[in-house]
Amino acid sequence: MPDRIHALTMPKWGLTMEEGTVAEWEVAEGDTIAEGDEVVLIETSKIAGSLESPFSGVLRKIVAQPGDVLPVGALLAVVTDAEVDPSVVDDFITEFQANFVPEEASEGEAAAVAQTVEVHGKRLSYVLTSPDDGNGATPVLLLHGFGGDANAWLFNAADLAKDRSVYALDLPGHGASSKDVGDGTLDAFTRAVVGFLDALHIAKAHFVAHSLGGAIALSVATTHPERVASLALLSTCGLGEGINREFIEGFIAAQRRKEIKPVLQQLFANPDLVTRDMIADVLKFKRLDGVPDALRKIADAFFPDGTQAVQFRDQLNGLDQPILVIWGAKDSIVDPAGTKGLPPSIEIHVLNDVGHMPQMEGAHDVNRLIHAHLDAADNR
Amino acid sequence: MPTKTIRQALNEAIRLEMRRDPTVIVIGEDVAGGAGGTGKRDASGGALGVTKGLFSEFGEARVIDTPITESAIMGAAAGAATTGLRPIAELMFCDFMGVCFDQIFNQAAKFRYMFGGKAQTPLVIRTMFGAGLRAAAQHSQSLYNIFTAIPGLKCVIPSNAYDAKGLLIQAIRDDDPVMFFEHKAIYDQEADVPDEAYTIPFGEANITREGGDVTIVAFARMLHLADGVADELGKDGVSVEVIDPRTTSPLDEETILESVEKTGRLVIVDEGGPRCGMAADIAAMVAQKAFGALKGPIMQVTAPHTPVPFSPVLEDLYIPGPEQIVAAVQRVMQPEVAGAK
Repeated sequence: MPDRIHALTMPKWGLTMEEGTVAEWEVAEGDTIAEGDEVVLIETSKIAGSLESPFSGVLRKIVAQPGDVLPVGALLAVVTDAEVDPSVVDDFITEFQANFVPEEASEGEAAAVAQTVEVHGKRLSYVLTSPDDGNGATPVLLLHGFGGDANAWLFNAADLAKDRSVYALDLPGHGASSKDVGDGTLDAFTRAVVGFLDALHIAKAHFVAHSLGGAIALSVATTHPERVASLALLSTCGLGEGINREFIEGFIAAQRRKEIKPVLQQLFANPDLVTRDMIADVLKFKRLDGVPDALRKIADAFFPDGTQAVQFRDQLNGLDQPILVIWGAKDSIVDPAGTKGLPPSIEIHVLNDVGHMPQMEGAHDVNRLIHAHLDAADNR
Repeated sequence: MPTKTIRQALNEAIRLEMRRDPTVIVIGEDVAGGAGGTGKRDASGGALGVTKGLFSEFGEARVIDTPITESAIMGAAAGAATTGLRPIAELMFCDFMGVCFDQIFNQAAKFRYMFGGKAQTPLVIRTMFGAGLRAAAQHSQSLYNIFTAIPGLKCVIPSNAYDAKGLLIQAIRDDDPVMFFEHKAIYDQEADVPDEAYTIPFGEANITREGGDVTIVAFARMLHLADGVADELGKDGVSVEVIDPRTTSPLDEETILESVEKTGRLVIVDEGGPRCGMAADIAAMVAQKAFGALKGPIMQVTAPHTPVPFSPVLEDLYIPGPEQIVAAVQRVMQPEVAGAK
């Protein structure tokens, strides 16, 4: 029976998610769905996202209605093989609801822990997500972009951690890390990231990096190639000159909800993904002492005169690591033209209807592509 | 992120600013010692322990216990502010403001204006307000409306620990006199508060619940009741938006008006009284600027126009409760109210 009847439950996206709101079903009762199909739109305090079905079958019964606010792990719907009797479905629901206890980590879920480490006298914060078996596979290091933090990976960290440990770093000046970014240059960030690997005794990691983080990953790969097993670069800096200066300056200048909302909406192809709490979180970050200075220094070092000062195009041929490049076709922050004219050894994917945050807006595709890329890199 | 109480958040805000800026001082009754203490200095750190530990770290030159002379505390603080210090003056209960009103509203609030902008008065006046502690008529009032009415004063009323820290640091760094009202019954409420210093700009309301049917505006302790009511009524299909103005001067009129333009219904919950209070003030503002959006009368849920009773039974009756908020929301939601005279 367990193979023929499945509970579709409220997902846990990110460390702090406790509950989600069912916004809209994208499939109807009786529909046949495949693993990976987007079935229901869930709104969390951080972001709205489509839940992808972890299994194939027939959507037999929708339990959670639009507007319902449910804890992580709560029953949303039941998916079964076509021939399962309706009474079995009803019994399954009754039994599930009778036994459901909120807030218990679901089975097989990787445990995520936020922690800090001192690197060159400065605090670096990171979230470590480890697989149940704690295997020794080469770990993944996630590097977020300008103004982001480890939460940028809320749809990805747990998924990637099925096979290996995943470290989501708050870069200097960001998240809960020290707001001291030194001179804010690529060198300073490269030293901090290598120092982080040293401090945690990580000899080598797969780098999965977004935007500004991508330029830092490329820098570590060129200066410390022995530390980088592979590169997965999402909407990355360092491969072209174009950068949306209006976004950068708007992000630095915004003080209030009304000012930051249109800025954040530029990050996504679908601006409705920007929630009130996402705005609140960004404002909480930007209000911290030292953050405006740090962002200013970084912007001046990386994007003087409205172009990207840091370029790695000429050095790509010298890199031996497998490189995956993913871009959103509707990226309005870093020009998708960065995918053009890259060496043929680089695997390139441009995702339709996705903006500058492919790891969020195209989470399912991104996770699948990165899994395949990491497996290939490990088996090389 | 670490969880802290409002009391801890306020203490941390003062401590961080005193470390950062040597001109920040604390002055008031019992700010080092305290009523009910052992007689040792730094025994209590204020009547409810907000300034505890500051005397040990910063010493008697910067944490100044005063005699029971409100006029001297406020006069000294206003003078110190004009001559280069950033005093945080504490006046234990806002009920005592009457004794030092001239120093605040005729002096501190007027310096910048009367000296043509050449004088700054970077003064913070911290004070407790609110009923519920069985402290009787002279220690339980909610008098922020009086200070909101005076040009030259900014007026802050935090409802949670995150806001308390960010608003107090903003107040300390502000170059004008700021009245900082702390509800004495919610010091132990907890929220996620970063260890680092941060500021929250004045004049930006916080939307604590999003909804489309009714707007509730509430302050401090009343905000938590309003949030609870919003959650309860949400189960019955009434979608309530809750707004915490955080500062009454400046007041974020825009956020309130935008919300009322969306919902068409407004309930204001205020622990202050019904006459010349924040509820009346906001109701008048909305009636004037968003009249066309209103689907029914603006409801004011306030304490009655009486002194705060000492009898526990009567004090509990005096404080607005969830039942009154629910009743007000239900009343504006009734279809016949929309066309009522």
